[in-house]
Amino acid sequence: MSDRPMLKVDRLTKTYRSAGGALTVLKEVSFQISAGATVAIVGPSGSGKTTLLGLCAGLDRPTSGSVAVAGEAIGEMDEDARALVRNAHVGFVFQNFQLIPTLTALENVLVPVELAGDSSREGEARELLARVGLGERYGHYPVQLSGGEQQRVALARAFMNRPKILFCDEPTGNLDGDTAAAMVDLIFGLNRERGTTLVLVTHDLELAKQCQRIIRLRGGAVLSDEQTQVV
Amino acid sequence: MNFILKMAWRDSRASRRRLVLVSLSVVLGIAALVGIGSLADNLQRTVEQQTKALLGSDLSVSARAPFPEAAEKYFATLGGEQAREIGLTSMVGFPTRENRRKLVQVRALEGNFPFYGELVTVPSGAMAQVLAGHSALLEETLLVQFGLQVGDEVSLGQATFTVAGALKKMPGESAAVATLSPRVYISRASLEETGLLKSRIFTTYRVYFKLPPTRDPDALVVTMKEKFQKQRWKYATVEERKRDLGQALKDTYSFISLVGFVALFLGAVGVASAMHVYIRQKLTTVAVLRCLGASARTSFAVYLIQGAGVGLIGAVCGAALGISVQLILPMVLKDFLPFTVEFYVSWAAVGKGAMAGLVICLLFTLLPLLTVRRVSPLLAIRSAQGESQGRDPWRLGLFFVIASAVLGFAIWQTGHWQTGLGFALMMAFGFGTLTGMAALVSWAAKRFVPKKSLAYVWRQGLANLHRPNNRTVLLLLSLGLGTFLMLTLVLTRDSLVEKLSGLGGGSRPNVMFFDIQDDQVARLKTIITGTGATVVGEAPIVTMKLASLKGRTADEIMKDDKSGVPGWTLRREYRSTYRATLTETEKITEGTFIGHVAPGTEVVPLSVETSLAKDLQLKLNDVLVFDVQGVPVKAYVASLREVDWQRMQANFYLVFPEGVLEPAPKTFVAAAHAATPADSSRLQQAVWKEFPSISAIDLSLVLQTVMGILEKVSFVISFMAAFTVLTGIIVLAGAVLTGRFQRIRETVLLRTLGATRKQLRQIQLVEYAVLGVLAAVTGGGLAVAANALLARFVFKMPFTLSPGVLATSIAASVAITILTGLAANRGIVDHPPLEVLRQET
Ligand SMILES: Nc1ncnc2c1ncn2[C@@H]1O[C@H](COP(=O)(O)OP(=O)(O)OP(=O)(O)O)[C@@H](O)[C@H]1O
Ligand SMILES: [Mg+2]
Repeated sequence: MSDRPMLKVDRLTKTYRSAGGALTVLKEVSFQISAGATVAIVGPSGSGKTTLLGLCAGLDRPTSGSVAVAGEAIGEMDEDARALVRNAHVGFVFQNFQLIPTLTALENVLVPVELAGDSSREGEARELLARVGLGERYGHYPVQLSGGEQQRVALARAFMNRPKILFCDEPTGNLDGDTAAAMVDLIFGLNRERGTTLVLVTHDLELAKQCQRIIRLRGGAVLSDEQTQVV
Repeated sequence: MNFILKMAWRDSRASRRRLVLVSLSVVLGIAALVGIGSLADNLQRTVEQQTKALLGSDLSVSARAPFPEAAEKYFATLGGEQAREIGLTSMVGFPTRENRRKLVQVRALEGNFPFYGELVTVPSGAMAQVLAGHSALLEETLLVQFGLQVGDEVSLGQATFTVAGALKKMPGESAAVATLSPRVYISRASLEETGLLKSRIFTTYRVYFKLPPTRDPDALVVTMKEKFQKQRWKYATVEERKRDLGQALKDTYSFISLVGFVALFLGAVGVASAMHVYIRQKLTTVAVLRCLGASARTSFAVYLIQGAGVGLIGAVCGAALGISVQLILPMVLKDFLPFTVEFYVSWAAVGKGAMAGLVICLLFTLLPLLTVRRVSPLLAIRSAQGESQGRDPWRLGLFFVIASAVLGFAIWQTGHWQTGLGFALMMAFGFGTLTGMAALVSWAAKRFVPKKSLAYVWRQGLANLHRPNNRTVLLLLSLGLGTFLMLTLVLTRDSLVEKLSGLGGGSRPNVMFFDIQDDQVARLKTIITGTGATVVGEAPIVTMKLASLKGRTADEIMKDDKSGVPGWTLRREYRSTYRATLTETEKITEGTFIGHVAPGTEVVPLSVETSLAKDLQLKLNDVLVFDVQGVPVKAYVASLREVDWQRMQANFYLVFPEGVLEPAPKTFVAAAHAATPADSSRLQQAVWKEFPSISAIDLSLVLQTVMGILEKVSFVISFMAAFTVLTGIIVLAGAVLTGRFQRIRETVLLRTLGATRKQLRQIQLVEYAVLGVLAAVTGGGLAVAANALLARFVFKMPFTLSPGVLATSIAASVAITILTGLAANRGIVDHPPLEVLRQET
């Protein structure tokens, strides 16, 4: 594991302005995550976890403070430049899967690489789908898959571009115990094999404990940031 | 790029049928443009090819009097071939058909006319027989109307002729020309025997030239104008004819193509609105793409390609349909075309029409597509995020481009920037009114619909009018525009018909007699009263020309380019009258009317019609000199007079007082009122028996003919308007269908919560009924307003409204809306809820 941080968050603040006035969702949040680490972000509902994850993945612009992914300061970039960084380095698994409904499972998985202009990796995509247990289902559309199956396709998609860092927003939130456990195995398995940095948002303390580090948020600020005994 | 195409194709998978349906909206508009454009090219080409046939000769010269000796000598030096024709109007009688009669244009021909083009008669040699004498070639419609056959006898003046055949086609003349007064050809020698020449003052003398190839007809016209300056002849050359015809075709073409453009525009609005709904459903997909690293440009391109695909399908189908429209158009227009058109497809016109359609369609599609650029990837994690806020400067720019494109198109089609601008403004007004109405309806539905006291289905149905993604604007636009166009046509036609029918009503004259000689007047009146009819009026007619105006001769003024006096007012032959009093159709606006002067008065007080006074730039007391068949008559403007020309009566530009023109050569017109058609027929019969040279016009017959023409014109316009109305229905169906996709989830939820099918249907019924009524009423209102304006400014008649027509058409559009709405939503209530609920995640 290198010393250079894979993700560096520095005094990150996010304020939403609406008709009701300004709402500061994140206040001066700072931390660093080194490459290959596994980190869980936990906290009560509304504490700003999703917002933080979104900012780290470059889906939004901070009000102040900075975010650097793989050494690239994405806070200052424009949307299209951030899109390139996402495509090259970042994987994202959404709380609500977000597969593209008009594409088959296989096509969904292929989107990140085809976007980058590489259309030669269908074999790899099939392999990934097989690994998440959907080897026979690659021609199916999202509506023809169950929630857990969709979640697994989303995971396969997130891994397709071999991201350096993978963000998962409550990857097991909608799943039953067994399916959730299988998902977790997959995520950590891929982390071990490829050294992918993992950042998970979860309510599930059992899952959080499997990570090397737990960051607790409350009211938009870091409450605690501690190592677990996992190595 | 590869990804963009692939993604666009894959992403359209689930909605291809829908997108094709969307593209249908512009098909008719493009078809209309393509069909009309190609036909116009076709006509232009036909005009080029048949150039000489347009005139039948290289040059024709017409005069109001026999050509003087000097002219005849000059004509003889020109070489080539010549033909002569004397034209006048007269009654033709059918002795074998109970002596019925009809007013016709008699053309007495000598020579081998037409020199070019095809003269079509049945049997084919009929014209040769006519030229040999004692035979007549009759307009085909005459033979049909009176059931005549070749060999039957007809009478003209004092002579009888044998029918030699039917005239089907004369080069350069369209069928519509002959509708009002049919043509009868006889030989020039036979004309003498009829005795008509003596009693006629409206006679045209014409010479047709077939010139040797070395002579340029247009140069010859210049020479002749110079040489015979004093003679106010009319010249016609092929080139000139071509120009006139080209202009007429162009005017017709631009009018019709504007009608087509309205259809295209409406269709484009339909496409934009359907794409808007479509894109809204794609926002999450776009956000996910962005999360996965697609740039704004890439994701925009994916949907731009889909949008372009829609436009392209529309353009291709439109072009194909347009070619078949082009096949039909000549049939629609056949009565108005002076020649038969051979069918050929002008690919340039097809390309132009399709291109124009594609551009307009794309511009409109860009409006909803612009949102794609600004979709934030955040939308993938938080669907409540909505579209990006803030004004998009591109949007504003796009509106500007669309407005310019519409304006540019209108100017391009009409060739005049004023007309183009007027058209664009009118479109803006129509679309603006309907859109404003829709906004008002949405607002009112939100604001005023009571929350508690109303039944649930009503509340729900009305709420659909204002809820997000409602179809109110689009439905009102398509329906309102359709209703407006159709109703305007119907109302206009109705009020024209009513106006025309009113002409012969009451004690108004319904039979006019003219070409009455001095010594026939008294006897004619006796005949009229003898048959029980009443004499409504009579007037002497003296023909004269303007010799000088305010001290300058007419020729001088004509040569002066800066005079501002229109040439026709100087060249024309004035048919003036003299009398002591005003008629009921006249009103003095300035000066005093002087009805009588002592014989020998030097400067005669004259009453001039206001519009003519304006053209001649006359004020009270200005002095004019007339050439009354060789005798100069000096007059001053004593009064200006407004004339109601709409009344079918003998009206005059110039009215002289009694005591001046009595000795001049003159004829009389007389108007009579007969109570019934039978009386009218008996009256005409009686007059005919005694004075065969007196012509009669039966106004009810004229009315019938005019109505016939009106019918044809309104058919052509309805044909074109149908494109817009059909587009309206397609857009309507499209709007309802896209609404359907939106409403499915809601309907299913309602069903899950226990709503019955009946309740669901009633909700839909309420929504569409309200929209239908509002659209029909707004469209109806616009039509009534347009009609009132047309009546006032174009037809210059009081505006009348038939409530029956209005009610029927409003009811019809309400019915169409409800039917389309219910048909497009058919089956929605039968969907299994589970399938739908899963689909929407
Ligand atoms: N666009 C927005 N405008 C205003 N407030 C917002 C906006 N987006 C999020 N918020 C607020 O920010 C706060 C943090 O939201 P966030 O989604 O990050 O919480 P979370 O920790 O992910 O909660 P959960 O565990 O329920 O998913 C919430 O109070 C939310 O209402
Ligand atoms: Mg969250």
